[in-house]
Amino acid sequence: MIINHPILGPRDSAEFTYMGDAALLDRPDWQAKDALLQFIDYGYLRDNPAGPHTELWYHEQGDRSFLVITRDTTTHEISSVKLASDVARGRGRSK
Amino acid sequence: MRYSGLRVIKEALTGHKGWKPTWRDATPQNHYDFLVIGGGGHGLATAYYLARNHGAKKIAVIEKGWIGGGNVGRNTTIVRSNYLLDGNEPFYEHSLKLWEGLEQDLNYNAMVSQRGILNLVHSDAQRDAFTRRGNAMILNGADADLMSTKDIQKRYPFLNVTDARFPIKGGLAQHRGGTVRHDAVAWGYARAADQLGVDIIQNCEVLGFRIESGKCLGVETSRGYIGASKVASCVAGSSGRLMAKAEMRLPIESHVLQAFVTEGLKPILPGVITFGAGHFYCSQSDKGGIVFGGDLDGYNSYAQRGNLPVVEDVCEGAMAIFPMLGRVRLLRMWGGIMDMSMDGSPIIDQTHIDSLYFNGGWCYGGFKATPASGWCYAHLLATDTPHEFATAFRFDRFAKGQNDR
Repeated sequence: MIINHPILGPRDSAEFTYMGDAALLDRPDWQAKDALLQFIDYGYLRDNPAGPHTELWYHEQGDRSFLVITRDTTTHEISSVKLASDVARGRGRSK
Repeated sequence: MRYSGLRVIKEALTGHKGWKPTWRDATPQNHYDFLVIGGGGHGLATAYYLARNHGAKKIAVIEKGWIGGGNVGRNTTIVRSNYLLDGNEPFYEHSLKLWEGLEQDLNYNAMVSQRGILNLVHSDAQRDAFTRRGNAMILNGADADLMSTKDIQKRYPFLNVTDARFPIKGGLAQHRGGTVRHDAVAWGYARAADQLGVDIIQNCEVLGFRIESGKCLGVETSRGYIGASKVASCVAGSSGRLMAKAEMRLPIESHVLQAFVTEGLKPILPGVITFGAGHFYCSQSDKGGIVFGGDLDGYNSYAQRGNLPVVEDVCEGAMAIFPMLGRVRLLRMWGGIMDMSMDGSPIIDQTHIDSLYFNGGWCYGGFKATPASGWCYAHLLATDTPHEFATAFRFDRFAKGQNDR
């Protein structure tokens, strides 16, 4: 697979480490009343779809950025690549 | 019809006109007591043991494609019970015992071959770990043998034990482990289940579950609605895809694992060998091909095919212990989809929906578990209590923090 890095251009996926579902960006509020249940969901349960999947890839052997990638799990086709920092800021986070 | 040597001779002399189809091509009925989704090894074994051990009637196995076309036909055929933890080892040892008697039980030649499995040791720490594992296996009634390099050289003279990058310092052997003809396992269970009255329904894809007030009443399929008192999901690899239809999220990610087979060679590899300094394992099939595999590709996939970086990694592992394989041509490579659970252990449990049961999360170790998985799942379905060897394989272990079992 070739991942089209927003800054570095097309890179071989072997340079990256897969870090799982991009839902992991949205860590539950640890002070919520049902924080324990939320963290069990967050830690262990996955949507695991057959089709488009939004996921985190870490450019370990490159610029060490985290990317949010939308990839079809039935074809491995990548339809969108964004910097995770941009995605997080887009959701109102500071970084 | 029972199979026997005499029967083969009789059929040979009479033009092979007496053979019957191995199982009936059943059409779905309106309602079953037990409806198993997934005609793979585990699903067929579950149906067989439901009928044989629990005397259950009105059982059906429904399969999206043809039976045995999924992971039971895509694995590397190895059976073993060399596990460490108490939650696992009795289960896998039970499975190995069932493998040992499988052919007599099913009256079907599954080519069970106890040629032994050897996990190579390359460091002192690894020897300590394998000594501990071997002791745990023996405590649970399995066999384990810590082999010296001298013993290993006698059995596998081509292994380089002295000046390789990762010299071989010994190994943990389980001599009762080995290989089984994987397709024959699906066919053998299908035939034996069919003879006990189980309906095997192929080309029957589940399109949805009918769930009312928290109870599963049956499934909508491509061949119409089928009602059932108990519905049993048994589709490891596709669990996420199937259970999403019941709006369940699972502690599972689906990943692709690749396998490889070379052109046929003369007998060079008498048993199963695993490399301890990388992820690589191999055996030689009865046809002569070297069958091997290694790591997962490492990202969610339902594609049943992998990518080249892992091919390179697996072949590097092969070259590290078998440099002679560098001259052999690869015949085929393929991928299978694994239910990777969050702690590497399987799940055989009831779901939060009444009458809906789940078997999955087999990671890359489902084939060896086939008989015990069917055995324990049948027990759960028939009695609504987990089998004593499968008490650790519950959904709630994650929430309870018991996922180290």
